Parts: sequence; C-alpha cells; structure tokens
Amino acid sequence: MLIPLFLLIGFGAAVLYSAAGGSMQPFASSHLIRFGVFLVMASIIAMFSKGVIQFLTYPAYIAVVLLLVAVEAIGAMGGGSQRWLDLGFMRLQPSELMKPVIVLVLARFYDALPLGMIASWRALVPAGLLIGLPMALVLMQPDLGTSLAMAFGGAVVMFLAGLPMRWFVGAGIAGAVAVPLAFFFGLKEYQQRRVTTFLDPESDPLGAGYHITQSKIAIGSGGMDGKGFNNGSQSHLNYLPEPHTDFVFATMAEEWGLLGGIFVIGVFAIILGWGWRVANASDDRFARLLAAGLTATIFFYVAINLMMVMGLAPVVGIPLPFMSHGGSSMMTNMICIGGLLMVNRWNREAPKRRLQ
Amino acid sequence: MVGKGKRKRKQPVISTSTLKNSFDRRSFVIASVQGGIGLLLAGRMAYLSIAENEKYRTESESNRVNLSLIPPRRGWILDRDGAPLASNRADFRVDIIPERLANPDATIDQLGSLLSLEPDRINDLKQEVSDARGFQPVEVAKGLDYEQFAAVSVRLPDLQGVVPQRGFSRYYPTGATVGHLVGYVGPASAEEYEADRNPLLITPGYKIGKDGLEKQFEQELRGVPGARRVEVTASGRIVRDLETRDDIQGDPVRLTIDGPLQNYAARRIGLESGSVVVMDCKTGDLLCMASMPSFDPNSFSDGIGSVEYAMLREDERVPLRNKVLKGLYPPGSTVKPMVSMAFMEQGLDPNETVFCGGGLRVGNRVFRCWKRGGHGTVDMAKGIYQSCDVYYYHFAQRIGMDPIAAMNRRCGLGQEFPLPVTSQFYGTVPDPEWKLNKFGREWQAFDTVNATIGQGYMLASPLQLAVSAARLATGRHVMPRLNMATPPKGFDQVDFPDEHVRYVRQAMSDVVNGPGTAGRARLPFDDIKMAGKTGTAQVVSLSKSDGRTGPWRFRDHGLFTFFAPFDNPRYAGAVVIEHGGGSGSAYPIARDVMTFLFDPAKGMDALRRLETQWGGTAQERLDRKYAAFAQAAGEAVSPPPSRDEDIFDLVEAEARVAAQQPSEIAEEVIAPRPEATPSGAPRPNPEQQVIDAAAAGIAQ
Repeated sequence: MLIPLFLLIGFGAAVLYSAAGGSMQPFASSHLIRFGVFLVMASIIAMFSKGVIQFLTYPAYIAVVLLLVAVEAIGAMGGGSQRWLDLGFMRLQPSELMKPVIVLVLARFYDALPLGMIASWRALVPAGLLIGLPMALVLMQPDLGTSLAMAFGGAVVMFLAGLPMRWFVGAGIAGAVAVPLAFFFGLKEYQQRRVTTFLDPESDPLGAGYHITQSKIAIGSGGMDGKGFNNGSQSHLNYLPEPHTDFVFATMAEEWGLLGGIFVIGVFAIILGWGWRVANASDDRFARLLAAGLTATIFFYVAINLMMVMGLAPVVGIPLPFMSHGGSSMMTNMICIGGLLMVNRWNREAPKRRLQ
Repeated sequence: MVGKGKRKRKQPVISTSTLKNSFDRRSFVIASVQGGIGLLLAGRMAYLSIAENEKYRTESESNRVNLSLIPPRRGWILDRDGAPLASNRADFRVDIIPERLANPDATIDQLGSLLSLEPDRINDLKQEVSDARGFQPVEVAKGLDYEQFAAVSVRLPDLQGVVPQRGFSRYYPTGATVGHLVGYVGPASAEEYEADRNPLLITPGYKIGKDGLEKQFEQELRGVPGARRVEVTASGRIVRDLETRDDIQGDPVRLTIDGPLQNYAARRIGLESGSVVVMDCKTGDLLCMASMPSFDPNSFSDGIGSVEYAMLREDERVPLRNKVLKGLYPPGSTVKPMVSMAFMEQGLDPNETVFCGGGLRVGNRVFRCWKRGGHGTVDMAKGIYQSCDVYYYHFAQRIGMDPIAAMNRRCGLGQEFPLPVTSQFYGTVPDPEWKLNKFGREWQAFDTVNATIGQGYMLASPLQLAVSAARLATGRHVMPRLNMATPPKGFDQVDFPDEHVRYVRQAMSDVVNGPGTAGRARLPFDDIKMAGKTGTAQVVSLSKSDGRTGPWRFRDHGLFTFFAPFDNPRYAGAVVIEHGGGSGSAYPIARDVMTFLFDPAKGMDALRRLETQWGGTAQERLDRKYAAFAQAAGEAVSPPPSRDEDIFDLVEAEARVAAQQPSEIAEEVIAPRPEATPSGAPRPNPEQQVIDAAAAGIAQ
C-alpha cells in the first residue's frame, strides 16, 4: 500500500518542482520533508491500540473544538477572520484536524450505541450535535469547503453505521430545499459568485471564471502525453492560478497529459481501494466505521479537487491529497493514512473469526 | 435497491450481524459510487485532453504568445513627376512603463524638462503612472521633433522604464489643396472592421484611407504589417522575443496629377468657391482636380476636431464637398460648341446665318439673347465667340433635341468615367424621353431652347466639362485617367471630323483672342493662344436675384471651358466658380492656371499679387479662419459625427439636393446673363432692358 503512496508523493514533488519554475525550492523540498515528518507521525498513530484510541476519542474531540473556538476568538480579537493558529514551527489549522477527528468520534459513538437504538432518535441527535458544532465553528471562519468535508465524512459514517435509509432520503429532500435557501441567505457574495461562475465559466473569462477556464486550458492543452516535464506554459507563465496548491492537478496534466492524469487517478483508486479493504476486513464495528470514514474523507478531497480543476464543481479551496503543497492538508491526509494503517494492524492482530 | 432491503429489515431485531450486512452492502454502494466518480473524472479528463485538445492547445498558445502587429508604412501617393502628395512623416513618441520605473516622480520630472511639458501634464502623468497597473505603457508625448526624441534617447541609461518609440504618421505636404483629391486617413470604424476582419485594423495607431484616393487605393497603399511574437506572462510581462518580422511598405500610387499645378490652381481659386480641372489632350491625364475651399487632410488624419468640423459644416461654401466630382452646375453657354458640333453633324452649314434682334419668339414665349440689343447677322462662329443665344434658339428648333442631347453625351456630359474615385455625380442631359420618364410631361419647345444654352434641366460636373473641352479640342473620344498605371484610352475613336474640329477651335479661339466674350482671358504669350468658351448659369429665378448682387447663394455660376494652344491643343480644362456672378469670375483663373502651366514663374507672379490682396495662401487663410472661428465659437460647437462615413454621406446627400436647385427654374423662361465682353463694352442698363424687351416683341 505504501508503494503507490510513495509514487504519488514523488510524482507530486516532481510537479511542484516544475511549478516552482524548475527548482526544488520552495515547494518540492518542503513537500518531501513534510511527508517524511508526517509519515513518522502516521507510523506512531498506527501503533496505538484500540483501547487507547477509544479512550482518547472524546478528549481529542473536545480539544479540537476548543482549538476551533480559540481560532474564532483570536480572529475576533485580531479584527479579521483567520483559520490557523501560529504554533511557531507551523501554522495549525484546527479545522483540518477536525476532519479525521469527526470520523473518529462518530465511529466511537455508534460503537458505543446500543444496537436497538440505531433506528431511534438517540442515534441521530447526539451525532448531529457532534457534527454540527464543529461545522458551525468552521462555517464562521468562513470555510465552506472544510465544513462540507466534515459533513461528508460524518454522513458516510452515519450511513455505514446502519441508520434508517428513510432518514437519508429525507435529509436528501431537505437538502434539496435547503440548498437554494442556503445559497441566497447563507453564502457570502464571493461564495455565491464561485457557484454561478462554475455554472457558466465563460460568462466572465477574465474575472471570476478565470480559474476554471485556465485550469481547463491547462488540462486540455496537455493532450495524451503532455507538453513535457517543466514545459507547461500555463503554469510557468502564471496563467494558472495556484499552480502548486489547489490547481496542482492541472499543472501536472499540462506537462504529463492524460497518461499522468490516469496514473494519479489510478494511484488514488489503489489507495482508496485499500482503505475499503481494510474497513471490510475488520470485524470490529468501531474499526470498520473509522476506516471507512477516513477513506471517505480522503476520497472527498480527491473527488472535489479533481472535479473542480476539470470544471465539474465550483471553485472551493480544497487541495489534492499528497500532491498539493501545503502542511495542513498533508497532515490531515497522513492522519487518515495513519488511522488506516492502525486499523490494518488491528485486523492483522485480531483473531481470525472467519467462521461466523 | 438498498432502500428496499432496508425497509424490509425494519421490523426484525437489529443485531450485530444485520448491521454488518448493512455495512457491507452500504460500503459497497459507496465504494461503487466512488469508483463511478473516479471513472467519470478519468472520462472527463480524456474528453478535455483528447477530444478538446485542439481547442485548448490553441487557447494555451494564444495565452502564451502575444502577437503584436507592427503597422506597415503606408505607400506614398505621388504626382506625375514622383513628388509626394501624401507621404509618411517620422513620428516620435515617448512612453513609460510604470512597473519599470525606479523613481517615477523623478523620472517624470526629468522627462518633463526634456520634453518641455506643461506642469499640468506632468501632474496628470504622475497620477496616471501611480494608478497604472501591470505592463501597459503610458503615453508621455507624441509628435515630438527629432531633437527632443534624441535628447531622451541619449539619456536612456538614466531613465529606466522610459521607451522612446518611432512610428509614422501620414503627411500631406500641400495640405488643403489636395484634401478632396487625396482624402485622408483615420482609425478604422467598427463597420470597416466588420467588413474586413483584418486584425491590423484594430491595431492601435493604424489608420486606413477614409476618403478620396486614400480610400480608393487602400489595398495597394496598405502594405504588409510586420509582426512581433513575444512570450508573455499572465500579467503581461514579456518573457522573451520569439520572432520579429519587419513590415513591408505599401506600394506607391503614381497619379497623373501635376502636383505644383494642383497646388497652384487650388490657391488661385482664392476666396471663391469652385473647382479647376486640367487635362492633358495627348493622354487624357488629369493634371489637376482642385476643389476649394477644402479641408486640411493633415489635421483630419489626426482626428476631426469639433471646432474644425463645426467651422467646415457651417460654411455655406461647403468645404467638405469635392466640387470637381460632386458639384453639378447648369453648364450655361459652355454647351454651345457642343451644340454647334451637333448642328454640323446634322448638316447645318456653319455659314448659314440668322438675324439676332435680341430675342426670339418660340410658341407664345419670347426668349431673349443675353445681348438685349441683338447681335445682328450671326453665323456659327459668331454664335460661339459672341455666345449669341438667338442663333442657337433658332437652329435648335430646326435640328431638334435628340441630336443635341446625343452630342452632349458624346462630349462627356451625363457620363461617368472609369476613375479611381469614391463617387462621381453624372448630372443630367435632358431629352424628350428623359423628361417623359421623369416628370410624365411632354418635351416642349422651350425645353429645347433652355437646353441649347445649358440651362433648364441640364447639369454637368466640372470634370465632365473638362472632358468635353478635351474632346472638342482633339476630335477624339479622350477618356480621363488619374492613375499612371492605366493606359490612355479613347484616342483611336474619332468623335468629330477634322474640318468641324478646326472650325470650332477657331471660333473658340476668337472667344479669347478675337471679338469674343473673354478677351481678358488672353494668355501673356505671343506664340500660345488659348481657346475657350464662357458660361454664366442662372440658379434662381429672375425675381429672386439679378445674378450679380444680393445673397451669395443666389448669384450666377461662372464657367469657362478652355484648351491651349488653340491650333494644336496640348491642355484642356474647365473652371467653375460657384455663385461667382458670371463667367468673369472663371476665365481669369483659367488664364492664370494655363499661364502657370506654360511658364510657372509668370503664373506665380500673378498669384502672389492676388494672395497679398486676399491675405495669404489658402493654407494660411484656412488656419487664420480656424483660429478666429475657434475663438468665436468657444465650446459651443456640435461635435463631429463619430463615424467619418456619416460626414461624407451627409455631404453627398446635400450635394444632391444642391444640384437640384437650378432645375427648379427649368420650366421658366431663362433670361441669359450678359457674357463678359472683350473690350469692356458697357453692360446693358435696366432701361435698356425694357427697350430690349419691347424690341424683342416686335422682332418676332
């Protein structure tokens, strides 16, 4: 499993090397260093036993919620919105930490919930509060992308926990009603504009639709095998916005073409497939929900980012796991990987109970 | 599918294994959805990079490469001797690129002192530069002279971000005197770009021909633009030059026009409003097509200013109208040599006479001769040189209108010529059929009478009159030409027998050199004699004006057609002076123009004397008039139409209306005006006219 991940990280570093205009600085080297650091962290996470994790779940959740409150407070004092805490050696985004933690806490909650209550309100309301509180805090930042990622991770865990289907159908209908309302009353104007431009990027090719248009040009002009390493004009001449973070896939696709894109999507398929196999291989409800939720979180990043750069989704600031330059996203995704490795280890160490 | 399963499982007890089942089923669904999204993304990417590759590759390339056109230098317009009528003047300008300025204020101050800019301008520049974003240059000054340009250029090492540039602008050395003929240039309009989707047309600073020859020869003059391909970043910074191709200057167009003659004739028109056309009888070359007053194509090419436009619009002498091609006038007595040709062709013996008693009764109306006292016995020669109207009234009744109209047309009236001009009016040669078609009325005897003295419905342009003079002089069907590249035409077609030609030449010579109506038109040479025919055209009815005094626009037009030397014609032409009060306003101009043609020094002497009286050359007077007008008008002037086309459409429409004016009196009895007389014979006084009228009545 780690081999595809290494390939992806290495490939990401190559793309970042090119995005920096053919230089290891400033993106590629720090990308590799961060990966190294967080790989160690993931290995440490993988060594935790189930008991310790279950014991630490709620404290961790409370700690991250407090961090989110702290960010809000500092932001309010500083007179502007901010998303991170400056820890000196890195800028920590508590909302990023919340993504794996929300999966963890819900897995813990449904593990502890008596089976008979799964179809009752007791299964829904506390979970809803567990998701709703951090979502509200993140939305206040405001960071729509991250709060949606958290909602998605939480919803996947609830779905897999076996909550009645009609609740999801109902939520779907409620969502269909709520989305237009949220669009007109809940979103800030720049967020609304992102959505409208997504629906018609050509309406304003030099204004708000610029990101999507340029990203599509970068991907489309790459062709089958790309313009060649370090030869992408869209990224090198600054036509592509954020060529090293959110639009790193477009940078890659311009230089490596469809083949590079298939490679990246394929590697993600392998990693996510492994995640699902880990979840399914586990007999323990907590571990199963945790692994599936972590996999879904990584998937959410990948899917939304790729849909965005290919013009299938509005521009939301969600980076591509393992390829985009950025510490917080690397940390979140490596926590997810660490969690999956941990569940995988539990599976291996658990007594085989194939005869049930 | 999953939902159904779930609903069935609602009643049974929920156990670990049912939840595990549910997890397996649901996780399979989610994984499938994820796999589906993965395939969708791969498909989308394949679609973008394979199916739409071409499109995005092009877009990426057009992002990357910025192609800037280098406007081609426009071809010159040359006169017959190769002297430029329109050339290009090096135009020096200085731009600054704000991003590259180390110390904007200091640099701008330094530039300000080098280029002696106004303090206001310097402040504006500082503001502009501080507001400017990116790499778009800001214009500091243009139209600099070489010294200023050089002063900036040598200091370039100290002036970072300052870009001196060298371009070209159109220059017309003789200014207003070629305005109508050559036209002017200006930025292409939206319609012109629609019609010709050439990116050159929207290149800043590029100008296309807007009128006259500049417009007509646009394709020849345009040339091939150079191009500079550069790689640029999204913010416009130039990364590197990819390729530069030099422009190819447009081809020159060589005209048959004689530049100095054109200039002379235009200046000689002086304070009058009119036109002079001179042709070469051996080739049909148009040597001069002057129309004054005119506009200055140099200032039009810089953009037509509001004040300038208002001044030209409000001038009743319509400086915007090219009177050579779009001025239509009743030709008056200048048709008489043509009518004579028709008579001879129909077998009339030129020696046959008629008695002119000062008028002729036709039907129940009496038509006067201009000479109320009568010419006595008149043969054809005297009919021409004394311009006796009765002679023509009498024989036209015998010959009929159709042969006369046919002859007028053969001489060029009512015709369009194959010339490279934007438009020419062809006027009217009326005949019975024409009148029936146009008005549904029968041709009357008095129509013939009016037509034989060039009044009534008859209208001709100065160009047509010049062509008629050339054809009468040579007896050949001379076709005018304006472009040296077109071969002379019409010389193989004999219009008139030699003996007829000789007769008319002699009679027309007598107009000037004998007992004719234009004695003062005699050339100041012993060996060169000019032949000609005077004409005075009435424009409003007798009740409105006597044609000589009163409001300018009611006065008679003065016309003169001529050729010289009379016995072996080399040059022919026509002068038409609008509302000049009679032919006396026209033939002195013809005389001086021909004098200049044979002896430039002598011609210039005459002009200089006149220009001192008038107060300067045409250009000087135009400039002074502009200054005075601008001062008087101040801000209260209407701006010019935003499209140059509108200006000239309007002018053309008005020219058509103006040409209709004389035909309003076509049904009236025309009282021919006294032609100027050679020896200063006394003009008939009013009492004399009353007596004449009585006499005319008796005569019939």
